Amino acid sequence: MTGIGAGLRRFLIGLPFIWLMVFFLLPLAIVAAISFAESADAIPPFKLIWTVANYRALCSGCLGAYTNSLALAALATALCLLVGYAIAFAIARTPGVWRQLLLFLVMLPFWTSFLIRVYAWIAILQPSGLVNRLLLAAGVIDAPLPLLYNGFSVTLGLVYSYLPFMILPIYGSLARLDESLVEAAADLGARPRRVFLDVILPLSLPGIAAGCLLVFIPAVGEFVIPDLLGGPGTLMVGKMLWQEFFDNVDWPAAAAIAMALVVMLMLPLLVAQRFLEREGAA
Amino acid sequence: MALLEISGASKRFGAVTAVDRVFLSIERGEFFALLGPSGCGKTTLLRLIAGFETPNEGRIVIDGTDITAVPPYARPVNMMFQSYALFPHLDVAGNIAFGLKQEGMPRQRRAARVEEMLALVQMTGFAKRRPHELSGGQKQRVALARALAKMPKLLLLDEPLAALDRKLREETRLELMGIQERVGTTFLVVTHDQEEALGLASRIAVMNRGELVQIGTPAEIYERPRSRFVADFVGAVNLFDGRLINAFNALALKVAGIDEPIPLPEPVNLPVDAAVAIAVRPENMRLSPARPAGFALAATIVSVGYQGGQSTVHLSTTSGRSLRTHLPSAAALGLARSAVVWVSWSPSDAVVLTE
Repeated sequence: MTGIGAGLRRFLIGLPFIWLMVFFLLPLAIVAAISFAESADAIPPFKLIWTVANYRALCSGCLGAYTNSLALAALATALCLLVGYAIAFAIARTPGVWRQLLLFLVMLPFWTSFLIRVYAWIAILQPSGLVNRLLLAAGVIDAPLPLLYNGFSVTLGLVYSYLPFMILPIYGSLARLDESLVEAAADLGARPRRVFLDVILPLSLPGIAAGCLLVFIPAVGEFVIPDLLGGPGTLMVGKMLWQEFFDNVDWPAAAAIAMALVVMLMLPLLVAQRFLEREGAA
Repeated sequence: MALLEISGASKRFGAVTAVDRVFLSIERGEFFALLGPSGCGKTTLLRLIAGFETPNEGRIVIDGTDITAVPPYARPVNMMFQSYALFPHLDVAGNIAFGLKQEGMPRQRRAARVEEMLALVQMTGFAKRRPHELSGGQKQRVALARALAKMPKLLLLDEPLAALDRKLREETRLELMGIQERVGTTFLVVTHDQEEALGLASRIAVMNRGELVQIGTPAEIYERPRSRFVADFVGAVNLFDGRLINAFNALALKVAGIDEPIPLPEPVNLPVDAAVAIAVRPENMRLSPARPAGFALAATIVSVGYQGGQSTVHLSTTSGRSLRTHLPSAAALGLARSAVVWVSWSPSDAVVLTE
């Protein structure tokens, strides 16, 4: 780095910190502060009085939404892991040009608006939608199946939308895997199943951890998918936040919901971070 | 009965024939080396024996059992990989125990065997280390211990010393030979380094373009090469290519640019005008200031390269042919550049090559 002045160097290193300060920590601090305020008929619609009333209300009012969110996100993450691992494994085992093509196909949906893709699921799943019409025509069912506006459609939407975020990091760790390790395991007497369980799976754990985080964390706070595909039984935190903020104009309540979510998601993040650090050292 | 019997094994990758109808038989307890330049097919042959590749033709038999179609995990063969291929998520003990665990050995016996193996490779006390905490030489020992832990009938070693620096290589070479003697396992090592093959093995097979070109003891390979390729690849050599003529009632070799025909070391059963070559090792060439009796070549000294105990002298004959000799450094002291000397060798030190 010779030739660059000490001042400039400090500035370059400091830049990301300044960015994080201004656009992440400061807004987070403001939200945290509002969560301890009292809703008021003013502009902005709160009065800072340092009360924990919002959090107390949280415990009584929104517990269901939190458990719903966590359960749906966990289910979606587990399904993404199952499907995503298989796809990533297949891609990593595909030779040359085909591998690039498959990776491209995984990322292709990002070229279309997320909103449009979720809307498309409505057309597919609704009572007069593609799936029901096909099943009716084939004579498999007599009446349309309730595929939309329930836990099924929300889970499906989450898995569909977040699958690439599971596939890519797992693919990354599988592609990095040294083929001679697989051969060494076979050479030492491991049958294909044991090669997978004893060598491939443990060595792809960093990818699995990264993929699970990338799916689980945004899925918990997801708003669009439960709003468009969900029904009365699938109230999630994101939806509640929206209601408090826009419908009830209760900023402090919305802020408390958001802060509780941040604290809750911090835990898996810290665990994963520790795990990835340990693996990174190896 | 031979331990390993390869009969007519071929392996093709598309249009490339990596291994071409190889017949090879290795006895129990041998330290055998497959020697050849990179791309000669020696690693493919090793992978055929390990089971990572299936031959297009031919059979591979180990200890009387045909294993040609047996998957790698069921073969009585273990391999030490060139990259060592240690499992990064397991510690040293876990790596060594991996194969034992696969065969279902109980935990206590496993631990005992791991200790035994660590002692064998002088790595006692390193059981809890992870591979990334080991030096290159230590990794090599762990890889060896892991491959020997299952007591294979045949141990395959892919360029076992290639990743080590020169000093460590010599030490490790001696250790490897000591370990082989102690465990009595048959070792098959693949190498492109002729020094390594000559120093390690009890028998060597030289490979070129997928074919085995010569099999023999290190001394046979070095002193009696059967082809120009072997003479040139194994050690340094001075080659004289020419045609046979009748001279002094016997056949001799006429070489373009050398007036006098070169006498042959032994009577050969070849017709006049046959194309042959004579190979003379650099250390068998003598330099003298005055013309000696018998065949000799006049040459000018081009350079004297000091290498400690010995020196390499490069010469050029009057017709411009380059020669190379090795002399004890004390003998090379008096040699000055551009001096004219006479090069000779005793005919018995020359080898006639027809291939």
